[in-house]
Amino acid sequence: MNNAWLVAGPYAHERSSVARTMGLVMLALAPATLFGLVQFAWPAIFLIAVTLITALIAEAACLRIAGKPVRPFLTDGSAVLSGWLLAMTLPPWAPWWIGVVGSLIAIVVAKQIFGGIGQNLFNPAMVARVSLLISFPVEMTRFVAPEPIFSAHAPGILQGLAITFGGAQASTLVDASTGATVLGHMRTELGQGLAAPQILADSFSALRGTLGTTSGSMGETSALLILLGGLFLLYKRVISWQIPVAMLGTIALAATLMHLLDPEHFSGPVYHLLSGATFLGAFFIATDLVTSPVSARGQALFGAGCGLLVFVIRSWTSYPEGVAFAVMLMNATTPLIDHWMRPRVYGRDRKGAPLEYGDDAEKAS
Amino acid sequence: MKLFKIRGGVHPDDRKLLSAGRPIEDLDLPPLLHIPLQQHIGALATPVVRRGQKVAKGQLLANSQGMISAPVHAPTSGRIVGIGSYPAHHASGLNVRTISLQPDGEDRWSEDIRGEVDPFALDPGEIAARVAAAGIVGMGGATFPSAVKLNLRKRYRLHTLVINGAECEPYLTCDDRLMRERSDEVLDGARIIAHALGVSKILVGIENNKPEAQAAIAEAARIFPSIRVARLPIRYPMGSEKHLVQTLVGRETPARGLTADIGVVVHNPATAFAVHEALRYGRPLVSRVMTNSGGAIRRPSNLRVPLGTPIQHLIDHCGGFTVKPARLISGGPMMGQPLPSTRVPTVKGANGLLALTEEETRQGETMPCIRCASCVTACPCGLLPVEMAAHARAGDLEGAVKLGLMDCIGCGSCAYVCPSNIPLTQYFNYAKGEMAARGRAKQKQTETKRLIEARSARMEAIKKAKQEAMAKRKREAAAQKAAQAAAETGKQQVLEDAAA
Repeated sequence: MNNAWLVAGPYAHERSSVARTMGLVMLALAPATLFGLVQFAWPAIFLIAVTLITALIAEAACLRIAGKPVRPFLTDGSAVLSGWLLAMTLPPWAPWWIGVVGSLIAIVVAKQIFGGIGQNLFNPAMVARVSLLISFPVEMTRFVAPEPIFSAHAPGILQGLAITFGGAQASTLVDASTGATVLGHMRTELGQGLAAPQILADSFSALRGTLGTTSGSMGETSALLILLGGLFLLYKRVISWQIPVAMLGTIALAATLMHLLDPEHFSGPVYHLLSGATFLGAFFIATDLVTSPVSARGQALFGAGCGLLVFVIRSWTSYPEGVAFAVMLMNATTPLIDHWMRPRVYGRDRKGAPLEYGDDAEKAS
Repeated sequence: MKLFKIRGGVHPDDRKLLSAGRPIEDLDLPPLLHIPLQQHIGALATPVVRRGQKVAKGQLLANSQGMISAPVHAPTSGRIVGIGSYPAHHASGLNVRTISLQPDGEDRWSEDIRGEVDPFALDPGEIAARVAAAGIVGMGGATFPSAVKLNLRKRYRLHTLVINGAECEPYLTCDDRLMRERSDEVLDGARIIAHALGVSKILVGIENNKPEAQAAIAEAARIFPSIRVARLPIRYPMGSEKHLVQTLVGRETPARGLTADIGVVVHNPATAFAVHEALRYGRPLVSRVMTNSGGAIRRPSNLRVPLGTPIQHLIDHCGGFTVKPARLISGGPMMGQPLPSTRVPTVKGANGLLALTEEETRQGETMPCIRCASCVTACPCGLLPVEMAAHARAGDLEGAVKLGLMDCIGCGSCAYVCPSNIPLTQYFNYAKGEMAARGRAKQKQTETKRLIEARSARMEAIKKAKQEAMAKRKREAAAQKAAQAAAETGKQQVLEDAAA
């Protein structure tokens, strides 16, 4: 793939590469990830390590089998990023094989079978997460309350090894409370006929949701740190604002509307924005470059669709959280959106006909 | 003045400081000049000189052919040593018909060269004719014969002349230097063009990375209320004619149309300077200012180069290469073309000669597309380069055309930003070339078909005419026979009567 034969320019290039793009996303993920690792301690660290290593091995094996050059594709960072994003959405104390199976699904099934980088229709991390959730609902919904590393109740290295690799139940080893996520709690309690404001008062705090000191998946609890990473990606122009703004806006709008109509059963926008994977989804999952539309208007529509589906799934289905399903459903519409929502071409109207000005050309200036 | 926003674009490292501080130097004459007869868009010029003939500077060497063409003149005085084939100033490295001239060192202007004291007294048509006779073409690189553009007043309602001093290509500083050093001449040329076009308003667009040129032109324009300097934001491709006009007047040129459709004509400052020289002094276009730059050039410079000078001569003048260049480019790095050798001559449209190092070109390995949409954001024309390339790559050229391939201006912004280093411009150039070839083939086919049909119709008509003629002859013969028979009988009768 040498370009020496090229005749057409340009003979200059921006300092951009696939590896750089992936690296920037990882850099943006780093604060939220570190926070997650600290507050869920050693089991989380082991789980993310297993997930990343499996992703790399799976990628290398697939490339070898497909007869593609291993080195350039392995070093582009895409496999690590997929594994990383998957790990962010796993319950932090899940057993090791959850990470392994998840990475295999993400890399082999969702990415390489479709043809490798750039060819997948669905977000690999979300395919893996949804598959795991459906196949292993118990392991995938067993959350723990945060126990910051080195704190009194946190598991040490050996206990961490036992939790991740030994199949030990967390509660038998350490004094950790198994805490449901805010969304899960809401779903259970609503099912028992309690009113939303009452449940919220017990389980939800906007401050804790912002900082992330709640139970939840490994890397999705801190809205603040994820927002920080998202803003960094926006600043670096890796992602554009349309998807996150449209997605968050739609969730907020839908939540406000339903809350005003029926406050007993529907919680307000703050709860929806700060719980679950809303921020992670808006800035890191839905904005996945490969599986989202390319035009600005298309991205806005895509983001709005994600937001609406998240709200619908959370409110009216049997799953407490819907970001993964929502993003995957919208991924399926990406080719269609790309086909119908094209930017207007210079010198043409929206329908593609050349612009026509009246006879007032000279008045224009 | 109020400027309007254009979409897309990129901000390449402009690298203009390499040569922006260097005043224009006159390049000394090389031992031999090779003057191609095709330095413009349109028909090849036909030689009017013989081998061995002595010519003066500015003397006509080859005449233009047809409506869209340009004549070629002697860049210096000397002797014609050959009329033949020589490598063209083009990526292909193919030969083109070329006149070789050995300078005599006197650099003596032809005596027929005479300027006009007051070009504004001339009829617009006469100005266009003189610009055509001087061999002036668009010197920003497009090399479209300028006189054709001067005659646009006949078909369009024009209101503004724009002088395109954006010079948005990295490295190039020749227009910058020309506007700084010869601002009066550039504006005089612009006013002559405006007179020919019948417009009064002149806008000179200059990007903000050239404050000295902006100041020089603004100073020179103080006595002309009709001329205004537009300070353009720095963004590639601001110098794209249609985008510059949109920035200045807020209107997009309709697809497949000309800026004249919205009343604006655009010329380059170097073209304006050439028009000034042609009208005021009668001098045809025999030299041009070129930027010789790039990381591999020892002393980047701005040079006034006699047309036909082999580019090796420029490189030597600039102290040669510091390292072996990875690329030798004619024009800017964004839209320029690679040169196959340093033997090729300088031509009217060559505004830069760049010797770029590996580090400067930064051409990485091509990776698969990750649909990052950087190309969509960068495209100044609102196209989807990612989708167009996918179609072109799959051989579905009609699909690419449907997506707007023909609206692509080939600026290369998409390929510039592509993190996967996909040669998008290459795909589009290939697809455009292939579509043009198909168009020609199709036209040839329909033309052949038309000719065949015309021929068979003609044959049919001839056959019919022959048949008719035959039938007519037959009828006539029969009639004659009958008449003869009648006459015979008549004679008989007379004889019988007489006998009786």
